[in-house]
Parts: sequence; structure tokens; C-alpha cells
Amino acid sequence: MSKTHYLLFMLLTMSMTYSACSSDEECCDPEIIESPSFDREAMLKDWADDIVIPSFENYSEALGVLKSANETFISAPTIANLESLRSRYIEAYASWQSVSLFDIGKAESIALRNFSNIYPTSIDKITSNITAGGYNLELPSNFVAQGFPALDYLMYGMADDDEEIVEIYNDAKYATYLTEVINRLDALANEVLADWKGSYREDFIANQASSATGSIDKLVNDAIFYYEKFLRAGKIGIPAGVFSGNTISDAVEAPYSGIYSKQLFDEGLNSFQDFFNGKSLSRSDIKSLRHYLDAVDAQKDGVMLSQLINNQIDKARTKSNELDDNLKQQVVGDNAKMLETYDELQKVVVLLKVDMLQALNIKVDFVDADGD
Amino acid sequence: MVTDAISTYLNKHTEAAPLAAFRILFGLLMFVSIIRFWYHGWIEKLYIIPTFHFKYYGLEFIEVPGQWTYLLFIICALSALCISLGYLYRYTSAIFFLSFTYIELMDKTTYLNHYYFVSILSFLLIWLPAHRYFSIDALRKASISVQYIPRWTIDSLKLLLAIVYIYAGAAKLNHDWLIEALPLKIWLPSKMHIPLLGEWLNQSWVHYLFSWGGAAYDLGIVFLLLFKPTRTFAFIIVIIFHLMTRVLFQIGMFPYIMIVSTLIFFDAGFHRKLLAFIARFIKADLSTFDNGVIADNIPGISSKIRIGIVSLFFLTQLIIPWRFMLYPGQLFWTEQGYRFSWRVMLMEKTGYANFKIVNGQTGNRFYVNNQDFLNSIQEKQMSTQADMILEYAHYLGDHFSSQGHEHVEVYVESYASLNGRGSQPYIDPSINLMSINKSLSHKYWILPLNE
Repeated sequence: MSKTHYLLFMLLTMSMTYSACSSDEECCDPEIIESPSFDREAMLKDWADDIVIPSFENYSEALGVLKSANETFISAPTIANLESLRSRYIEAYASWQSVSLFDIGKAESIALRNFSNIYPTSIDKITSNITAGGYNLELPSNFVAQGFPALDYLMYGMADDDEEIVEIYNDAKYATYLTEVINRLDALANEVLADWKGSYREDFIANQASSATGSIDKLVNDAIFYYEKFLRAGKIGIPAGVFSGNTISDAVEAPYSGIYSKQLFDEGLNSFQDFFNGKSLSRSDIKSLRHYLDAVDAQKDGVMLSQLINNQIDKARTKSNELDDNLKQQVVGDNAKMLETYDELQKVVVLLKVDMLQALNIKVDFVDADGD
Repeated sequence: MVTDAISTYLNKHTEAAPLAAFRILFGLLMFVSIIRFWYHGWIEKLYIIPTFHFKYYGLEFIEVPGQWTYLLFIICALSALCISLGYLYRYTSAIFFLSFTYIELMDKTTYLNHYYFVSILSFLLIWLPAHRYFSIDALRKASISVQYIPRWTIDSLKLLLAIVYIYAGAAKLNHDWLIEALPLKIWLPSKMHIPLLGEWLNQSWVHYLFSWGGAAYDLGIVFLLLFKPTRTFAFIIVIIFHLMTRVLFQIGMFPYIMIVSTLIFFDAGFHRKLLAFIARFIKADLSTFDNGVIADNIPGISSKIRIGIVSLFFLTQLIIPWRFMLYPGQLFWTEQGYRFSWRVMLMEKTGYANFKIVNGQTGNRFYVNNQDFLNSIQEKQMSTQADMILEYAHYLGDHFSSQGHEHVEVYVESYASLNGRGSQPYIDPSINLMSINKSLSHKYWILPLNE
């Protein structure tokens, strides 16, 4: 081989080795990355330190309080203790709404959401678990027999009045089940929190790749998935019959307590918007999607996209404020208002999935296949 | 005169080494590509798991053969290896073309220009005497072993590359690409985490440099490769360009395929050295193939038929990319005549399609959860391409009819955004898609693009 040809051959080989390395996106040292206008790494840090971890801390704390309220109730089943247990339950449930969308890392791998909040819950399954015993709450078949939806039934739906409910928990079988459901929620939450506080935080921040497996792409996809499936469809659309043609009033969240279903929706919507805007209890200057969108100057018809998204979420919230506190009542009484709320929520999806994803060049496919 | 010139040209001969080297490298790359595809689990994710697949118009009979799909990939991989070895080349090159193309036709979702390139390139290879030098075939059967082959056979590969590059370059000569530096303006800033290059990628001038540079590269590289004094320089540019695309975008094996393919522009001397190098490596002797024989008539099929097929092939290749002119509307928006035209990484399009199933008599209606039927790639591709929206709508309509729903009508509320223009309605939401038949005629139910 002549010298030039040899040189070319070496170049070719080197280029292949170099890109084989870069393809794994492992060789990318986060230290030398500096972006002129928007710091993706800083956003990931803010998400981890000021939104995700504090949210899980609050959630874990709320579950701890719930756990001790349950111990009090089980040792002395009275109406007063039931009332206090119920108020701890709804606090924890509200707190859950602010972590549900972070279905990433440990939360994803242990299926936190499936074990915590799949509804409608199955009365049959719960009853047979309690009466037959020998159940295993770790099985996916028991998604529908645990978590908050099961608690809602166990605390509100077991009987027509509170005295009867209290009476039921004199039976150890029932008390044990209630306790196990609560303890499991607590254990799972703590497992996720421990992972975030352990090694996962570093991994999350280091994974800055702009691909389906990168942290930003993944968490944004998770948030949108949460918004579409669990907030828009789960809390409003499915009970309103959007996907079935006829209303399913029993499919609302927390139907046995009833009066909290609207509040839980509010919490979910607020959490989503707070995540989008980077609103955090700990610091006021954190960066999130709103800032990222503004940094790439994302506009639509001359208006900042971040503004349009916030406006539309606000519009959906305003519309939803016409709803009864008890969404089941709303569906039965005047479902048109549910559908109107759904329509406003739906308009946010278009802005998120079409405009925002394009502006930030985030892919929606989870299969990391080639493009051209 | 002209016919004389043509027949003189067709009778010119050249060394077989470049074509043999091309065969070896192409076969190996294809083998690696298929193994890689398997290794990533894409056979399962893209073909086996989805219950529904998007078909090409007129080729609906091409199905994913369930678990046999793995066999299909095995056949494809083995035939690629056989091409590389030059073993039973006349059959294995055809088998590779057929199996690879069948795989690509199973689902429109995975259409990529570089898969199309591999398909047509492997079709062309069937008709070229790539196995008559430095191959197992030539060793086993001395009668087909030659040292010199018709010059047009090597030129045809150069012509195919010229078509790919120049059409790709011409497609970039549009307002968005040149004046707005779109879609690179959207794509590049999200790659700011890349080492070395990263910090430049948010700069506007870089977006323009890459846009204009990319167009100039595509339009000019073939000429620089053809011209001997600039060839080495051009090849370095080829490597840098494709390496850059490899780092910036997830485009799999495409950069390597193009880098290796452009080697065909080098003269026989280079390829002889390359082959000698390989020969030393496998302890073979290149000189055993240097028998001085000139291929005149290729056994089995006459040269004339071969030349006829290849000419027809190129004629269609030259025409197909222009078919978009038969359709009204903005090509990037309607995508009528978009595929098979070397429109590579040309636009950023995002969409969202929400399907509504309506009982035409009672007006009762509900919406579909796309994730019940499609995987995320399918949903993404479908939501920006009208032909796929229609095909999926029909699938939904048939599905719900078979479930006992009556008077099923299917409507779509869809939005798309092209190159950062912002979301706007895509398909006419008042059209019952069940009333539209799949065809190649103009899709009047696509709403016009608002600039």
C-alpha cells in the first residue's frame, strides 16, 4: 500500500472505532460539557434535588404518618381513630399525586405506580384475599387489591356507616390486610427514595444523552405519559366515557370516599404544571421545561410556547373548577362538564406532544431504533 | 455515432479487483448490520410483538411470518456472508436481495432511506460479475474466473452513488433548509452534551454552516471522487462528513455503508492492494486469480439482457424521485411521493392523531387509545403520514366492527408540526376515513399547510 492509501485506511479504521465508542454514549464526560444558553445538566440536577427527591421525601413522610395512624386505629378501632386514619390517608394520597409522574429508575423497575394506584380496585379480589388468606401482594394479579384504591374501599366502602366499618376491624384478618396494604405502600416509597438518595441520582444526572434512553427524554416522556394516561384519561376521560362511549362513574379515583376525587385531580394537575415550570418548595430559581423551551425560543404564532402551555393548563383548571368535589356525582349528574374539562385537558396534549417535543427534539419512541 | 459510442463503451474492460473488493466489504457490512439488528432486539420489538403492521400499497400480502421472521434474518445474514465470500454468488446475491427487501416491506414504519439503498444496491449486484475474481466461486469453477470485467459494471455502482448523493443534495435546495437552517436548528442544540463539538451546536452560524455544507457535500462529492487529483481529499471529506452524522444522529450502519461504498471510486491499483492485504490475512494468493482472462460473455444470461435490466433499473431510479410532482400541495406536509427519493434527514415533523369511533346512526362515539394497537414507533410514524393514518383508521374500523360495533365511522383529530412551525390540524376531522379507499391518488383530505 502506498503511504496515502495506508493513511486513508488508518483514518477509516480510527473513525469506526471512535464512533463505535460514541455510540454507547458512555465515553461522554459530563465535566467538559458547557452549553452557551441552556444547561441540560443543571436542569437534571434541579429536577433530582429540588423536585423529585423532595417530593418523594414528602410522600414517604406522609406514609409514615399514615402508618402510625393505622397502628393507633388497629390497636383501638374507634370512630375517632378511623376519622384520623382517613385524614392521614387522604394526605398521603394527595402527596402521591406529586410523585406519580416520576416513573423512572427504581419507581419504574418495581412498578411503583401499578402497586400504588391502579383503580378501580377489585372488591372481589380484596375480599377473597382477606377471607382466604395466603395472598401475595407482590404479584401483578394483586395490583387491583392494594394501594390507595384498596385503602379507599377498606376505609370507606366496607359498610354503609362508620360504626359498622369500625366493627369490621375488630377482626384481625381485616386489620392485618389494612396494615399490610399501608406498610407495602410505605416500603415501596422508601425503596424508591433510598435509590434516589443513593446511586441513582448520579446516574440520572450523568445520562445527558439526547436519545430515547437519556434522562431528559425519558422523564419528559414519562411526564407526558402521566398527563395523557393517568391524569387526562384516568381521572377524567375514562369515567366520562371518552374511551368507551358510555359513562363509567365507578371508574373515578377514590369512589368510596367520593368527595376527594376532584381534589386528587387538582393535585395531579398542579404537580404536572409545577414540574413543567420548575416550581419547587426548596428553591425558587430552578430550571425546568419552561426555561428550556424559552432558551430554544420555542414560539407558536408569535407567542412563547411555554406561555401557551401554561395558559391551556390554566384554562383546563378553570373549567375543572366547575366540577363537583365528587367526580362520581358529576359524571352521574352532568357528564357534559366532565367532557368539557376533558376537551381542555386534551388541548394541552397537542401542545406537549407536537410542539414541545419538536422544539426540544425529544423523541416519543421508546424503541431506540435507527433513523435516517 | 451515438450507438457506436455506446457499444464502444460497453466493450471497454477494466480490472475486476474493485468490484470484488466492493463485494467483500458490502457483504461483511450487511452481515454485521443484521447481527446488530438482532442483537438490539429489534426483530422482536419491531416485527414480532406488534399485532398490526403498516403495509405498502399493493404489497399488503407481505406479512410478518411470526417466529419464522428469525429464519428470514438468518437467511439474510448467511446470504450476506456468502456474497462476501463470493460463494454461489449468483444465487446468494439474489437471496440476499429478496430476503432483505422482504424484511423491509413487512412494515412501512421502519422505512429508512438507507435500507432502501441497500435493497436497490443488492438488486444491482445480482447483475454484476462481482464473484468472478477473488472469490470461492472463481476458485471452484475456473471457467468463470476472470481478471478483467466490463467497465460499465463498476461504473454502474458509481452511477448509483451519484444518484443517491445528487438527489439527496437537490432535495436540500429548499427554503427551510437553506434560508432557515431547518431542521438542523432544531436538532443540533439538543446535542450540546456531545464532547468537543457540543459547545458549538447552539450557534446559529453552525446551523447554517452544516446546512449549506451538507447540501454542497451531497451535490459535489461525487465529482470530487471522480476526478483523480481530488479523490483522496474527497475521501477524507467523505469520512469526516459521515463520521459527523454518526456522532450527531442515530443512523446506525448508514455512515459505514456510504464510506465503504465510495471506495469504488478508487482505481484498481488501490483495490488490488486491499485484496492483497486480505489475501495475506487469510493466507490466500491473489495472483492465482490473475489469469489475464477478459470476461466477454457471462454464462447463463446474455450480456444484452443484463445490460437491459440494469439500464431499466437506472431509468426508474432517475424517474421515481420526481413522482411527487404529480401531486398538489407541499411535499413535506403531505408526503405524497416522499419515500424512495433520497430525502434524507430533511425535515422534523411531529404529530398527534386521536381517533374517534362513531356509530353513524346513533352518533354514539368514543376515542381510541393508540397504545392498545401500536408501539411507540408505529404511533409516531403514523401520526405524521397520511397514508398510514388512513391504513390505521381502516384497521380500527374493521376491528371495532368485528367487536360488534355497528355503523362504524372513523374520524381523526390530528395535528402536526413541520420544522418548528407549530402544531396545526393535519387531516380533515370531518372526513369519515372508512369512506376513503387506499390508493395512490391525491389525498384531498389532508388539510393545507399554513405557512
